[in-house]
Amino acid sequence: MDIKITVIDRSGKVHELEAPTDINMNLMEVCKSYELPVDGTCGGIAMCASCQCYVLSNHPLEKKSPDEEAMLSEAFYVKENSRLGCQIQIDKKLDGLTVELTP
Amino acid sequence: MIKTDIIIIGAGPTGLFAVFEAGLLKLKCHLIDSLPQPGGQCAEIYPKKPIYDIPSRPEILAGDLVDQLMAQIQPFKPGFTLGETAKEINRKRDGSFVVTTDKGTQHQAQVVAIAGGLGTFEPRKPDLANLTIWEDKGVDYIIREPEKYRNKNVLIAGGGDSALDWTIVLAELAQSVTLVHRRNQFRGALDSVQKVQALKDQNKIQLITPAEVITLDGGRHLTNLTLKVDGTSVNQAVDYFIPLFGLTPKLGPIANWGLEIEKNAIKVDNSLDYQTNIPGIYAIGDVNIYPGKLKLILCGFHEATLMCQSAFQRIFPKKKNVLKYTTVSGITGFDGSRKEAQKSTIKTIE
Repeated sequence: MDIKITVIDRSGKVHELEAPTDINMNLMEVCKSYELPVDGTCGGIAMCASCQCYVLSNHPLEKKSPDEEAMLSEAFYVKENSRLGCQIQIDKKLDGLTVELTP
Repeated sequence: MIKTDIIIIGAGPTGLFAVFEAGLLKLKCHLIDSLPQPGGQCAEIYPKKPIYDIPSRPEILAGDLVDQLMAQIQPFKPGFTLGETAKEINRKRDGSFVVTTDKGTQHQAQVVAIAGGLGTFEPRKPDLANLTIWEDKGVDYIIREPEKYRNKNVLIAGGGDSALDWTIVLAELAQSVTLVHRRNQFRGALDSVQKVQALKDQNKIQLITPAEVITLDGGRHLTNLTLKVDGTSVNQAVDYFIPLFGLTPKLGPIANWGLEIEKNAIKVDNSLDYQTNIPGIYAIGDVNIYPGKLKLILCGFHEATLMCQSAFQRIFPKKKNVLKYTTVSGITGFDGSRKEAQKSTIKTIE
């Protein structure tokens, strides 16, 4: 089953993405597959924060791992609702998730 | 002028393995990398992370992969220019290239192979107003010469290994060292965390957490910082502010070399030899792009191998070359060292 995800890019443009839930993707990878400007420099191991985003909807996300907490404590433009896209696994519970890419 | 057969820009896994494949063809390589150590991202970003998709290695730490590659290429005695960024490329009349680094080191070869991965690693700068006007006037993102901070008041910001390591080093030299981080947890080697704890306990450093620098002030040189500590503004007199927030890759000067660039990567001919639009310049590994490209170390190894065969033809257009198997011909190092299969024993059984 595919779920719908809304991503607001850095220029404010809204992208409606469809993300598959059955191939172990994370949000950073979904953004890259749609060629959104997300680098994913470290490949998805919470080491670079190039996929940082603000979560705008109230979805039940997994708790941050110590690695993600550590990376966010060193990243810039961090807010309460900051998450690393690479640490958000695409799951059917996340249908309708809305995020905004950080500067 | 350093002269070699192939100048390899980028000393990550792909660049290192290219030395091996070139060595089998008796071609000598010299590597240039902006980082102070070989290994690229594997060494800089995730040395302790395991990699599971290197053929025949069920699991290998990225740092170990680099060590093993260095051991594998050792017989071919590559040269290294480390801690310098390849900045300019010029073509000589004889068709060879001269690559000059940001520190002026010059290298000459018939072939240039760009194995630059995601590009040059540059320090990540915090988003502070007027930060850049204090660069070289009290703000440093990289510590090149620790002596510079002797008897000075230094404030380091960051929560990772480099913030901890430099706090430990400068605690010995500086008049005062203050370490500031947004929380009181640090991500670093256990040993470093314990040393910083000890320095704090002995009042040899000042640790301020959770806190962050919000403004910079001074005259000709930086003199003061304002910190936000638990929501309150605190003034701190400093001579140097060293934000250490890791490195981020930028394609860098290579982007201006006249190479065809697409999606921040260098276009190559993947049906043939990974050559760019400039004959004699190749791009291999994560830095290149072609239809179906996958940014995987194992793909970089393959690309390096094909590139070396093509480079050989370019350097020696009249020499015939056949692919040789190491199982058959062994390895002859440039130092005369020799590795080969043991001869089989053939004896009569009577």
